[in-house]
Amino acid sequence: MNTGNPTPATPSTPLSEPAALDDALLITSQEEERVSVASNWTLVWWRFRKNKLAVFSAVLLIFLFTIVLAPDFFSTMDPETTDAKLAFIPIQRIHWFDEGKLRPWVPAVIGKRDPVTLRMVWTTDDTQKVYLRFFSAGYTYQLFGRFEANLHLVTALNPEDANRIHLLGTDRLGRDQWSRLAYATRISMTIGMISVILSVVLGLLLGGVSGYLGGLTDMFIQRLIELLQSLPTIPIWLALTAALPRTWSPERVFFAISIILALRGWTTLGREVRGRFLSLREEDFVLAAELAGASRWRIILHHMIPTFTSHIIATSTLAIPVMIVTETSLSFLGLGLRPPAISWGVMLQEAQNIQTLALAPWLMIPGLAVIIAVLAFNLVGDGLRDAADPYSH
Amino acid sequence: MTTPKPASSPRQVLLEVRHLKKYFPIYKGLMRKVVNQVRAVDDVSFFVRQGETLGLVGESGCGKTTASRCILRALTPTSGEILFREADGTVTDLAKLDRRGLARFRPQMQMIFQDPFASLNPRMTIFDIVSEPLYVHGMRSRAERTEKVAELLRLVGLRPEYMQRYPHAFSGGQRQRIGIARALALRPRLVVADEPVSALDVSVQAQVLNLMLELQEALSLTYLFVAHDLSVVKHISDRVCVMYVGKIVETAPTLELFAAPRHPYTAALLAAVPVPDPQRRTAIQELPGEVASPANPPSGCYFHPRCQFAVERCRQESPQLEEIAPDHFVSCHRAAELSLPGAVSHV
Amino acid sequence: MHPPAFPLLSVQDLKAYFYMDEGVVKAVDGVSFDVYPGQVVGIVGESGCGKSVTMKAILQILEPGGKIVSGKVQLRVRRAGRPDLDTGGPNSAEELLDLTRLHPNSKLMRKIRGAEIALIPQEPMAAFSPVHTVGSQIMEAILLHNKVSKAEARQRAIDAFRAVGISMPEQRIDAYSWELSGGLRQRAIIAMALSCNPRLLIADEPTTAIDVTTQAQILRLLRDLQREKDTAIIFITHDLGVIAQMAHYVVVMYLGRVMEQGPVNEIFANPRHPYTQALLKSIPSVQSTPRVRLPTISGSIPHPFNRPKGCPFHPRCTQFIRGVCDSAAPELLAVGKDHLASCFLYQSQEVTA
Ligand SMILES: Nc1ncnc2c1ncn2[C@@H]1O[C@H](COP(=O)(O)OP(=O)(O)OP(=O)(O)O)[C@@H](O)[C@H]1O
Ligand SMILES: Nc1ncnc2c1ncn2[C@@H]1O[C@H](COP(=O)(O)OP(=O)(O)OP(=O)(O)O)[C@@H](O)[C@H]1O
Ligand code: SF4
Ligand code: SF4
Ligand SMILES: [Mg+2]
Ligand SMILES: [Mg+2]
Repeated sequence: MNTGNPTPATPSTPLSEPAALDDALLITSQEEERVSVASNWTLVWWRFRKNKLAVFSAVLLIFLFTIVLAPDFFSTMDPETTDAKLAFIPIQRIHWFDEGKLRPWVPAVIGKRDPVTLRMVWTTDDTQKVYLRFFSAGYTYQLFGRFEANLHLVTALNPEDANRIHLLGTDRLGRDQWSRLAYATRISMTIGMISVILSVVLGLLLGGVSGYLGGLTDMFIQRLIELLQSLPTIPIWLALTAALPRTWSPERVFFAISIILALRGWTTLGREVRGRFLSLREEDFVLAAELAGASRWRIILHHMIPTFTSHIIATSTLAIPVMIVTETSLSFLGLGLRPPAISWGVMLQEAQNIQTLALAPWLMIPGLAVIIAVLAFNLVGDGLRDAADPYSH
Repeated sequence: MTTPKPASSPRQVLLEVRHLKKYFPIYKGLMRKVVNQVRAVDDVSFFVRQGETLGLVGESGCGKTTASRCILRALTPTSGEILFREADGTVTDLAKLDRRGLARFRPQMQMIFQDPFASLNPRMTIFDIVSEPLYVHGMRSRAERTEKVAELLRLVGLRPEYMQRYPHAFSGGQRQRIGIARALALRPRLVVADEPVSALDVSVQAQVLNLMLELQEALSLTYLFVAHDLSVVKHISDRVCVMYVGKIVETAPTLELFAAPRHPYTAALLAAVPVPDPQRRTAIQELPGEVASPANPPSGCYFHPRCQFAVERCRQESPQLEEIAPDHFVSCHRAAELSLPGAVSHV
Repeated sequence: MHPPAFPLLSVQDLKAYFYMDEGVVKAVDGVSFDVYPGQVVGIVGESGCGKSVTMKAILQILEPGGKIVSGKVQLRVRRAGRPDLDTGGPNSAEELLDLTRLHPNSKLMRKIRGAEIALIPQEPMAAFSPVHTVGSQIMEAILLHNKVSKAEARQRAIDAFRAVGISMPEQRIDAYSWELSGGLRQRAIIAMALSCNPRLLIADEPTTAIDVTTQAQILRLLRDLQREKDTAIIFITHDLGVIAQMAHYVVVMYLGRVMEQGPVNEIFANPRHPYTQALLKSIPSVQSTPRVRLPTISGSIPHPFNRPKGCPFHPRCTQFIRGVCDSAAPELLAVGKDHLASCFLYQSQEVTA
């Protein structure tokens, strides 16, 4: 070998004799075959589903999202309907059986005015039964703002009883808490999602630019991130939200708050994206693509972004609960969303003083909703983060 | 300093590196002031002939990877020339080209990586990985690419049926074959292999070395083979370059280098290799001291603090690479007078 | 060399498995070997064959999920003047102790680690904590096993540094591990391992991550120390060159089992097991002819979850006997003086003989 003059390569002809086949490690079982052709997302899913708690939380989140999509379906009445006469009705417990048969009902509530305090005092009367029906027609509403619909999860069997069902009681103004909670879920979850989506867009853009360009741009963006992260958040948010004009419509306030939340939220993601960009630039497979002559865009789109999407999704999932809690806190303090918008924070405002709490403890239920949502997002996020890199052990 | 000039030989020089330097700045403080430089590659010159294997050996951190990445222009050299001869005979200095100018040369020079895990994108199938260079260079028909990938996989000893699998289904040795298939997709003329077998199991190393030798013969490839394992380098190379702290200390035909090294560092390196023969027990000989730091190299000959033959001149004056026999270049003031032991008795 | 009559350490049919979600990894599946006082036993095998797990099982420091399933690890312990090692047995100077019977966190087991058996771990960075100086960590080990004053412990640590050839030991002792170069760090690790005069030193790939010239220094050092102090060493590596230079006795492992073991000259000159034979042929050496086809072992090492049935090497073995090698695992039986192999090629001969 290697003595004579080698003949120059002739690219058009077949390459050459194949080498001896490496037969010894043929994959044998079907299970292995399945694993060997499993894509990244399949592997992530296989790993994720092993985490039972995360899967359970994911199911819970899917349920919450259906509420977000169609709150009217879940509500029993218009959440804005006020009736001072019906204030502070307590929770009605659902009874599933009536005289041994499956026939769900709630006891009617009977109000008496206390002669001394002049307050309504409600008692449940098990003899007066308000029968319930599931998946039946109720008041009409616009589904997705377009289609007329009147299907509801639960309505009164007898249409006259429609206003007598308050599964979670009523508030100071006699508004039905169950229905309000459905609406609040929509607003609070959406604001969390929208601000995280905005953060992701900002984070990807600025973090990507910072990581890819490096140099002065990188330095500037890094200092900006440090500045934003070092600001004390609560006072800044207080100041910003307090500056929102009182005259703005709830929708405008809603978007303004999302943006305010995203303004700081992107910094964490920006850091992460930049870090991944920097480390990916050093990866051998990126260099291989570069040597193959791939363009910068091809490298970013085919090699870098797919590599960190699962991480970005996990990080964003973990960011949503932070946004939800922030919005709730701001609204609770009266600085976030304001009535007539309904969010968990706005609802919790009702439970602000001890007196109401002692009198109507059910007004704290929105707090429970916050806890459940935050926990579920965190558990799913943790599960995703652990599953995000299926190639490590 | 003169650059090694190839002695007259039937083979043409494919690649010639002249006075290649790559310095990495060391920053300090908030203003990122440059306080020093790592002289990772410090005036390196060598050439590779068409169809041969040039081994590049040296200890960790001596600049092998940096030098090979400069040649492939994955890094921009600080200074120096990288002269590459195309098939039609034109010679171009790659060091001067920008991204666009390099595009034409990319298919002609490819790389085989050390880490069989990091070098394949785990999110792409074997087909996507091996066909990427083909796609980028204009082969858009999927059927055509499938056929080509099948041919490449067969060439490296893998079954074409594996095409739709992901890298995680393969062992280290098989991944290395996939990496070789990708490197060969564009029919390169020069293949730079940076430690292609050092991450592999002992029993698999030989498979990959055999494959590389077979492919070289079949496709008349030229290899620049970077490694720290002298036994592997000896096995595969026609000629060997020995690096120490960013410089080349000796270049010679393989057998000559192993039988009669002329540089004290080469001799020390050879003596340090444990021989797999329990009958030759006295073989462990140690070289005192530590490898110098490329950020603070010693004065004169970089090897002088560890060299048992050092004289005053070595402390002051940096030796130049000189040809002391045909194709044998040494950078040592005392190369002519020293007689050093080799690792093999016969030439 | 003449081995003394009794082994210092005797590992008998040791099995250590990892129980994981995906299944059971039989990392060590029946390993037996003896180590005699003052002997260097080399353990060779490719990545993942269970070398480190065997050592961790001996020392009872397996990671969570790992369990010793069966087997014995008998260590001859000194009793004289060491009441802390008193196990209540008959009053002899030495006695046999089955380490697998001890609780991993028992006082006795902790005394044995370090004082009787010292380990040079495979990950050199894991040996020292980055937040304490190397000196304070060595002193801690000395104070744990000896009743000496702090000043005395420091002096011993400095002596240990000097003994392993670290220049300026008084200053280097106050350095942090990350301030030392690879070679110096490895020397410091050896100093720490030897600081309590163990009778057995386990060196798990002590030179794999370092350069040949530094490797030569470390090998020379270990060899000198071993000769001076007559310490027994279990030397783990996958480099056959290093084994040839260092070991008296060699154990060849593959997929958690011992394939062959014997005196180093026998293993290199007269290997009996097909795996050892193939491995020796497949490595290029500075002595061998360049640019020729090397004999290879086909295929690759199976994934730990799919261990082949029968002889673990059978899918890659050229002398594989259909119906025999793939049905039962061969036993480790004598094929010469002190030379054992686990292969049916020799067992059938024995039956016919
Ligand atoms: N991007 C970089 N920035 C700063 N220093 C660098 C960089 N890349 C390499 N170096 C330094 O340059 C020197 C040479 O590194 P290089 O990776 O080329 O060595 P090598 O010979 O390939 O070593 P190894 O055998 O460990 O792969 C080292 O001292 C290293 O620390
Ligand atoms: N903590 C652990 N959990 C699960 N499996 C493990 C664990 N540690 C080791 N193993 C498995 O046990 C087997 C033996 O591993 P071990 O570390 O002993 O190999 P080794 O021979 O030391 O290899 P190397 O040369 O790479 O150090 C491997 O298949 C490994 O995957
Ligand atoms: S120049 Fe001097 S110090 Fe350098 S290798 Fe030669 S003899 Fe040694
Ligand atoms: S037992 Fe059979 S398969 Fe195993 S090494 Fe011996 S001959 Fe080969
Ligand atoms: Mg390198
Ligand atoms: Mg190990």
